[in-house]
Amino acid sequence: MSFWEYANPKKFMVTTAPVLPWLFAAAGVALVTGLVWGFFFTPEEARQGSTVKIIYLHVPSAMMAINAWVMMLVASLIWLVRRHHVSALAARAAGPVGMVMTLIALATGAIWGQPMWGTWWVWDPRLTSFLILFLFYLGYIALWEAIDDPDTAADLTAVLCIVGSVFAVLSRYAVNFWNQGLHQGASLSMDKQENVANVFYIPLLVSIAGFVLLFLSLVILRTRTEIRVRRIRALEARAQQGEGRA
Amino acid sequence: MIALLRRDLRLAVRAGGGFGLGLAFFLIVIVLVPFGVGPEGAVLARIAPGMLWVAALLAALLSLDRIFALDQEDGSLPLLATSPLPLEAVALAKGVAHWLTTGLPLTLAAPGLGVLLNLAPGAYGWLVLSLALGTPALSMIGTFGAALTVGIRRGGLLMSLLVLPLYVPVLIFSAEVVRRGAEGMAVATPLAMLGGVTAGCLAALPFATAAALRINLR
Amino acid sequence: MSLLGAYALYVLSAYAVSLVLLAGLVWLSWRRAERVRAALARVEGVRADG
Repeated sequence: MSFWEYANPKKFMVTTAPVLPWLFAAAGVALVTGLVWGFFFTPEEARQGSTVKIIYLHVPSAMMAINAWVMMLVASLIWLVRRHHVSALAARAAGPVGMVMTLIALATGAIWGQPMWGTWWVWDPRLTSFLILFLFYLGYIALWEAIDDPDTAADLTAVLCIVGSVFAVLSRYAVNFWNQGLHQGASLSMDKQENVANVFYIPLLVSIAGFVLLFLSLVILRTRTEIRVRRIRALEARAQQGEGRA
Repeated sequence: MIALLRRDLRLAVRAGGGFGLGLAFFLIVIVLVPFGVGPEGAVLARIAPGMLWVAALLAALLSLDRIFALDQEDGSLPLLATSPLPLEAVALAKGVAHWLTTGLPLTLAAPGLGVLLNLAPGAYGWLVLSLALGTPALSMIGTFGAALTVGIRRGGLLMSLLVLPLYVPVLIFSAEVVRRGAEGMAVATPLAMLGGVTAGCLAALPFATAAALRINLR
Repeated sequence: MSLLGAYALYVLSAYAVSLVLLAGLVWLSWRRAERVRAALARVEGVRADG
């Protein structure tokens, strides 16, 4: 049974139906475990005090913000090459989820930065790159909404996703270049040092797992919705044709 | 291809073509800046490179929806697709036409406006060079955005939303060239990056633009 | 929340914002899914009758 069998909408619906509740449940368990553990049961960090606990939200959401876009890119490519509608609809489904992840990464990043840098926003290369990514998500979602014909929308948004991905990578380098300027503030770099200590690391992994599971659950839920919407349109179109003939 | 270019240029220069509009917009934005930030020379000099580039970028954005609008209105867009010229060449020609009618005039007008913002003396050359190098990229990226949204009624705002994030790398490197040039620092890195981005855009975006046009013409 | 010390407000607001956004996303996705499911059932029901 090859992976491509799930590209058939009916098979996708049938397969995901029993799986979905369990996915959501697993996501909930992982999230609650990771966040509660991180929030209540980890010590404060030397430099940053208790704000380090924001890591359990900021890192997973930032990871998912990127991963969601990568998934959209792959789905877009699959759509353009193999014309599987499930793929196109999955990309559409992932857009808002990725956008919210980006928003959470931005908000938690800013809130984390405030006590450290004294301002609500710093043009730190990472935060800036995520802000640009947020704009890409906005554009992608807006384009889907603006086009009536579903296949045309799928094609155009796929092209946008591909071109956008190239520019997103380019922007990352440009922003890094842009912020190594004359007045360098400390950047919000947190990965390497913090992740050394196990006491922080394990709950972080659990939180990341929770975010990943939540992303999967939401994308599958939303893709199912899109498939149903497509079916409604097809049925209504057929009904209209039937009336036309009668 | 030259014929296509010539036609677009003629259309742009004609009354409704918006030829002077971009320039006028460029001027107006620059004039607004001191009203916003105060007339102090040192402040203006500091932000001049960036503001000049942002204003030029926005002015280029203004005329983007014209790239395919006229062709769509008179129904010649499908004809372009069936012409012996490959659609990628058509896309490139459209981008060049936009640059000749928008980017190039902006580049030439920029030094005059730099005076208004108290631009540092050493920066003028870099300003013109960065605009000359960067505006073709803006035109080509804009052509891609216009092709994406050509089928959408009143798609101008959406096109801006799509195109402006794509403009960020060009803006960053170009503004850095002018800023560093103003202070006499080395500009090799941002200049090379800018050249690379423009070259990449001109080489690759016509294909994406043509793909978008084909999709919209189905 | 004395265990959070000086930064209690920040940590709490970070968690609050994130949870609100996530909950909102889940709820909106679920609500739309339900509405579409009902709509599909209606359209398919009409087809069965008509």
